[in-house]
Amino acid sequence: MKIYRYTLPLCPADISQLNISDKVLLSGCLFTARDAAHKRMVEIIQRGEKLPLDLAETTLFYCGPSPARPGNVCGAIGPTTSSRMDVYTPILIQNGLRVMIGKGERSLEVQKAIMDFGAVYFIMSGGISAYLSQHIVSCETFLWQELGPEAIYKLWVKDIPVYVHSK
Amino acid sequence: MAYRYVSCETIESELANAIKYITFTPDPELPALLKNALANETGEISKDILNCMLKNIELAPKIEIPLCQDTGTLVVFAEIGNQCIIEGPPLPEIINETLIKVSKELYLRPSIVKDPLLQRENTGNNAPAIVHISIIKGDTIKLQIDQKGGGAENMSRLQMFTPSASSEDIKNFVVETVTLAGGNACPPLIIGIGIGGNFETCALLAKKAILRPLSKKNPLKEYAVLEQEILESVNATGIGVQGLGGKTNALAVHILTAPCHIASLPVAVNLQCHSHRHIEIII
Repeated sequence: MKIYRYTLPLCPADISQLNISDKVLLSGCLFTARDAAHKRMVEIIQRGEKLPLDLAETTLFYCGPSPARPGNVCGAIGPTTSSRMDVYTPILIQNGLRVMIGKGERSLEVQKAIMDFGAVYFIMSGGISAYLSQHIVSCETFLWQELGPEAIYKLWVKDIPVYVHSK
Repeated sequence: MAYRYVSCETIESELANAIKYITFTPDPELPALLKNALANETGEISKDILNCMLKNIELAPKIEIPLCQDTGTLVVFAEIGNQCIIEGPPLPEIINETLIKVSKELYLRPSIVKDPLLQRENTGNNAPAIVHISIIKGDTIKLQIDQKGGGAENMSRLQMFTPSASSEDIKNFVVETVTLAGGNACPPLIIGIGIGGNFETCALLAKKAILRPLSKKNPLKEYAVLEQEILESVNATGIGVQGLGGKTNALAVHILTAPCHIASLPVAVNLQCHSHRHIEIII
């Protein structure tokens, strides 16, 4: 197993160097999004409006964090099942998204979009939130606070471990 | 008949301690099973992640960050003795009030929506819990408490087989279920299988089967053998830890059965992720 260190956002050259099953330690900025945030993003695109984040520069992390205790950097953080986002993902990729992190398999449509557009999907292990918390530098609500755990959070991470699933 | 009175404060306090404990500490036998899986595993990524899981179990109670951000639906199987009287509101109300309080104290993620289809508005406090009550003989209250995450629950399945079905058919159904689940259910899994009863009973049996102590064998030899066969078949799929390839897809298979109709053979498979958070308390 090869281990690489990368700083986000990844550029096309970074993605082309990766191979399936490589372990990658990612540092930089992640934006969380689950079902509700995906639905809103796709509705905005379909209405022809501008998204409040630049998908080409965005690493999307399928995650709903728990609230941080006062004095802590973050609460519990980890991936949710990616396939629930499959219905929304191709349109996000068509609009610039290139890097996704979650858990589990993707649909054939998503895998095709990943290949056609030179995107990459990383898997992060679920159920290791305390361990992952050691790799979180900061966590703040970025957008749609009213969605609670389904809001978009901006996370700064240091050497967070993921594995290349498809590219 | 002599009755024993139990105050709602006693139940609240015992339950609050139990929820706090399982938020940061998994089944006490889980680390040994993970270590054993690690020793037998050949998949590089599976080994790497098993190590992270063991580190997570050590770290969570020390830093009081939940084992998993999905602290799930709280499921409670309550067995109430027929000589026991609870002073205060009905038990489900006590459980929900405690859950709301503890969720706030522990900063648990609110993971429950009010309506499953319309609006899907978050209740904001993890209530309501799912409570199954049965009345037993005696003067004690037994609570089996389970924090059940959504990922593995989503990949669970139920099939109404008919009496011609064999053990092999059931085994194939389980293997098909974990194969469809892949990494979504966060393997390595604990697989609960309910056989018999009717449509709703076999699902309850499957959930209850998950809660059996991991080192406890099925008391019926035939089912103990079937559990072992299913475990071996599931681990031979190559799905591995988190679906990333390896020998470790499940750590245990538990079967629970009940009598059923002459026309039926219901089978439910309830998947439990590796973050196996449950406890039993007796009050």
